Amino acid sequence: MEKPTLITNGKRLDGRDQNTLRPIKISVNPVKNAAGSAYIEWGNNKIVSAVYGPREALPKHTQDPDKAVIKCRYTMAPFSSLEEHGRPGMNRRAIEISKVTKEVFENVILRDLFPGNEISIFVEVLQSDGGTRAAGITCASVALAASGIPMRDMPYAVSVGKAEDTLILDLDKIEDNYSSADMPIAINPRTQEINLLQMDGELTPDDVHRGIEMVIKAGEVITKAQREALLAPYEMTSEKYKASI
Amino acid sequence: MNVTTLTDQYLRERLSKGTRDDGRDLFSFRNISIEIGKIPHAEGSAEVTFGNTKVLAGIKLDVGEPMRDKPDEGSMMTGAELLPLAHHTFDSGPPSPDAVELARVVDRGIRAANMIDVKKLFIEEGKSWNVFVDLYILNYDGNLFDSSALAAAAALYNARMPKYEEGKVVREGELGKLPIGNLSTSCTYAKIGNSILLDTNASEEIFADARITIANDEQFVRAMQKGLSGAFKAGEVDMLVEKTFEKSKDLRKMVQSTRGE
Repeated sequence: MEKPTLITNGKRLDGRDQNTLRPIKISVNPVKNAAGSAYIEWGNNKIVSAVYGPREALPKHTQDPDKAVIKCRYTMAPFSSLEEHGRPGMNRRAIEISKVTKEVFENVILRDLFPGNEISIFVEVLQSDGGTRAAGITCASVALAASGIPMRDMPYAVSVGKAEDTLILDLDKIEDNYSSADMPIAINPRTQEINLLQMDGELTPDDVHRGIEMVIKAGEVITKAQREALLAPYEMTSEKYKASI
Repeated sequence: MNVTTLTDQYLRERLSKGTRDDGRDLFSFRNISIEIGKIPHAEGSAEVTFGNTKVLAGIKLDVGEPMRDKPDEGSMMTGAELLPLAHHTFDSGPPSPDAVELARVVDRGIRAANMIDVKKLFIEEGKSWNVFVDLYILNYDGNLFDSSALAAAAALYNARMPKYEEGKVVREGELGKLPIGNLSTSCTYAKIGNSILLDTNASEEIFADARITIANDEQFVRAMQKGLSGAFKAGEVDMLVEKTFEKSKDLRKMVQSTRGE
């Protein structure tokens, strides 16, 4: 396929401008068996994440006597993409994304509180449209918060890239395929530290600088969506309570 | 308090004064060597050492099918083996997440910089050259990312180009060079406490809180990867990108000099 023009008159293929996120909808605790879970629809991405634990880390050799170990499994459903059938389970890409996602949450979970235990984070991509690792981290963050596992921050992630010499926020699949660079970033919003940073393509040092700024700015919207999702069930309850008085 | 904790504290204190056990300052590489063509059977090979870290990169080319989304190009695949003989913590078995990450980060640096001119690897409808880059870790003493990236770059830079004649691959005789479009290398930094240092050895690496790899060519940042459970400030990333452009000049020169450039 020929490379499509990704930006025309300042508008992207789906009508967004360079700084606009796709619509984000998050709901809490769709997986009743888990300690905490969350479901996210981010553009056409549909991802469910669930957290189990803290529980005894097994097999025993994985235990750390000083702190909890974090385990993470990111996978894409074989029917998730608009293209051909994918192979189910872990491929090399999934192994790497699982690893960097695990490292994001190792950074924020108060692991010292649960020596010998494990906390398992599952991210299942049901439908994919670019930026699934970022959406998965944003979703898992809410699942962890919903589980009540203590964290010192609630990370979010989003990708920034470059197309037609313009930096663009939150690349979808077509943009991801044809852009000249892609840089997924996770941020701890409280300290604005960079917790995940990957990149490939072609960026100048100034692009990197401005890209990170765009991602930090986008945190206002994403963090709000995460917080509102966590509050929603309690707000409903309090509404009901008010009505019954 | 155990020995590890004491060593950790000692190291952090030492680094905060800007010095290291092996006498380097925070942003110096160890001695680097590159030996080209160690495996003449392979189309390309390079053994690289960073201090006691030793990596052998081997390049093979086979005729195969192009990737479905790139029907008029050759393809490239990178693998990494953390051989059990290289360190007491490396086990045999399927590639660990560490090995997968290493291979994929090196792969991105090569791919994003268009180091291999893949357009020239197209043969005919449904046929193209596939390049295999295999990284063999022979001794581990830290910084596998940069040593592997340099070994891959040097091996590709000097690889020969087999011929495809009457349905057969000809690997010997008068052969040209693998078409190279660019040259990228990487610099990997570790954060230990509040100190950031380049090219960690194994005894520094075990205490690292965070790690960042930045791959670049002369002009552009080509690939990045943050690793481990620590985090970086935006200003630190800016500083390290700048540092990488300064440090990578020597790395590129070393690769170029293997071809007498």
